Amino acid sequence: MKKLLLATAASALIAGAAQAEEIKLGISLGFTGPLETMAGPMALGAELAMKEVSDSGLLLDGSTIVPVRSDSTCVDSAAATAGVERLITTEKVKAIVGGMCSGEATASLQNVAMPNGIVMISPSATSPALSSLEDNGLFFRTSPSDARQGEVMADIILEKGIKSVAVTYTNNDYGKGLADSFEAAFKAKGGTVTVNAAHDDGKADYSAEVGALAAAGGDALVVAGYVDQGGSGIVRGAIDSGAFETFVFPDGMVGSALVEKFGAEIDGSFGQNPASGDEGRDIFLKLAEAAGFDGTSAYSAEAYDAAALMMLAMQAAGTSDAAVWKDKVMDVANAPGEKIQPGELAKALEIIKAGGDVDYVGGAAVELIGSGESAGSFREVAIEGGELKVIGYR
Amino acid sequence: MDILNALVALLNFVIIPASSYGAQLALGALGVTLIYGILRFSNFAHGDTMAFGTGVTILGTWGLQAMGVSIAPLPTALLALPFGIAVTALLVLGTDRAVYRFYRKKKSDPVILVMVSVGVMFIMNGITRFVIGVDEIQFDDGERFLISAKAFKEATGLAEGLSLRSTQVITVVTAVLVVWALFWFLNSTRTGKSMRAFSDNEDLALLSGINPERVVAVTWIIAAGLATIAGTLYGLDKSFKAFNYFQLLLPIFAAAIVGGLGNPLGAIAGGFIIAFSEVSVTYAFKKVAGYLGPEGWQPDSMLQLLGTEYKFAVSFAILIIVLLFKPTGLFKGKSV
Repeated sequence: MKKLLLATAASALIAGAAQAEEIKLGISLGFTGPLETMAGPMALGAELAMKEVSDSGLLLDGSTIVPVRSDSTCVDSAAATAGVERLITTEKVKAIVGGMCSGEATASLQNVAMPNGIVMISPSATSPALSSLEDNGLFFRTSPSDARQGEVMADIILEKGIKSVAVTYTNNDYGKGLADSFEAAFKAKGGTVTVNAAHDDGKADYSAEVGALAAAGGDALVVAGYVDQGGSGIVRGAIDSGAFETFVFPDGMVGSALVEKFGAEIDGSFGQNPASGDEGRDIFLKLAEAAGFDGTSAYSAEAYDAAALMMLAMQAAGTSDAAVWKDKVMDVANAPGEKIQPGELAKALEIIKAGGDVDYVGGAAVELIGSGESAGSFREVAIEGGELKVIGYR
Repeated sequence: MDILNALVALLNFVIIPASSYGAQLALGALGVTLIYGILRFSNFAHGDTMAFGTGVTILGTWGLQAMGVSIAPLPTALLALPFGIAVTALLVLGTDRAVYRFYRKKKSDPVILVMVSVGVMFIMNGITRFVIGVDEIQFDDGERFLISAKAFKEATGLAEGLSLRSTQVITVVTAVLVVWALFWFLNSTRTGKSMRAFSDNEDLALLSGINPERVVAVTWIIAAGLATIAGTLYGLDKSFKAFNYFQLLLPIFAAAIVGGLGNPLGAIAGGFIIAFSEVSVTYAFKKVAGYLGPEGWQPDSMLQLLGTEYKFAVSFAILIIVLLFKPTGLFKGKSV
């Protein structure tokens, strides 16, 4: 207790001496719920960037950053909104890294963040609906919209000479958003979608779903689902009944579990998922390893980037007032300026302080387009000889 | 007109899957109907009894595999079945002793017993998850296919593939054997006859010296056997996940009620009726119609009555229709 008192007194002294403020940043992610395994590394990624900036002592004359976590649950919008409300009104955060899932992110943005004029940068909400949302310039995301992935997937499929596909998606907002944006893109580019049907996760038997897909036909089957859930059930059923031989796997289907389950049975199938092939990612992975967490976990690098963008924008605006620095986010994220990799935040802060310009690249090759979302780079993979092979990045 | 391709497509996506699913439902419904006939209540815990039995059978399978025992090309799980049945029988006998007997002694209303069985269901569900976990488990280690779609296409030159999984054949064959054994037992053995007598008129059976506790015990053992076999066949054919058996409860009850509760023959017919309706109502007949129509023609719509998401609604609908118009079921069972 004595030590704690001493430490508090000492830190109060130091803080007072530096004349700098203590800036609180909220982290609203689904620490419980269906994506709870991803939330941990994401929060650690964001906190890594905050610590880097705090330690440098260069932000706004030596201000420090204090992260405050809140559970967004991913599925319960009311709980997420209540959490963000607490962050803003009680903790007085200046910005929030989050939300994690598209529905919950929209709810907390519209109900709490916008009325209070607080910036939210989501590392992982990918619904196309968020692109056209009225956000007063307060919402950004460091991950690409699924509309973009739909386009990329359509390109890849057409380049393989496949003109007609059947689509099945996991029965939720994410699955439907991705399937619909793909269908629109594929049709616009001259392809045919024979059927676009949902499947429910957690069933033992997908023969009925596969039967309906097979009846519609197509040269390949696009499976916009989860590899640990119904997505694999559909693939198993389709292989067993001989309904489809070629599969297209977006996003959550691309993983080591896929080849463990099917191996050479899905040879000739292909897919893509958001991932950067830049050196920034390797640098981030090393930083994460040194900090003791797994940087390869999905959207961890994006969370680091989200936090980094906030702090660089504050530095560029010279204030922690969100109403002012929200306009600087696009400036620090995009060209012109010096390219900034992960781990170079101190350098970036100095450049900005000296009046220079930065182009933040970060761990996920951030390039903000449109209303402030990542253009996104995708990793194209193919299954050959029962193994997942990286074909390239686009 | 391309009747051959249409027939193969129909076989591959409707008839074969529905037959094996129907056999699994029939076995489940037999257990439900037997308990209803003799113990006079609807046992909601039956689905989870199936899950528990399958879970124990999987443990037995792993044990056999570790010892290197195999009956390839048949799945090892068939060898582990007796072990699974024995453990499940002990569990349900224990449940009867600890829970149901109390209410039987008090001559409680059937509806109270039904509620009690709901409680038992939740506890069994918990036990199953505790013992084997919640994850999906594949335990079929035998030969996967009798006819694979690719080989069939190459051999016949047809556009449509036909696949016949070995588990589908095992399911139907086992179901036939089990049903035959059950009917022989009920009709020809002394115990079976005393069970039927007890089911027809409890007081008369007691007067003629039939030991009710013995009848009840035998009924539970048979029900446990049927549940374990049905559950294991379902798990072999699809995959095992503790929660999925809870969802099977609805089609199983629909099957038993459609056939007529308490009537074993009805349970079998009901199982196949439910399975074929579920599969054919949600199947898209576009391709089949295309083959049967003139050359090069394909219907524009999917020709699908209901989306596959609504599969369970089919059992519900049939259940309601039968209860409205023929409460005793198609085969003259007892009214609910």
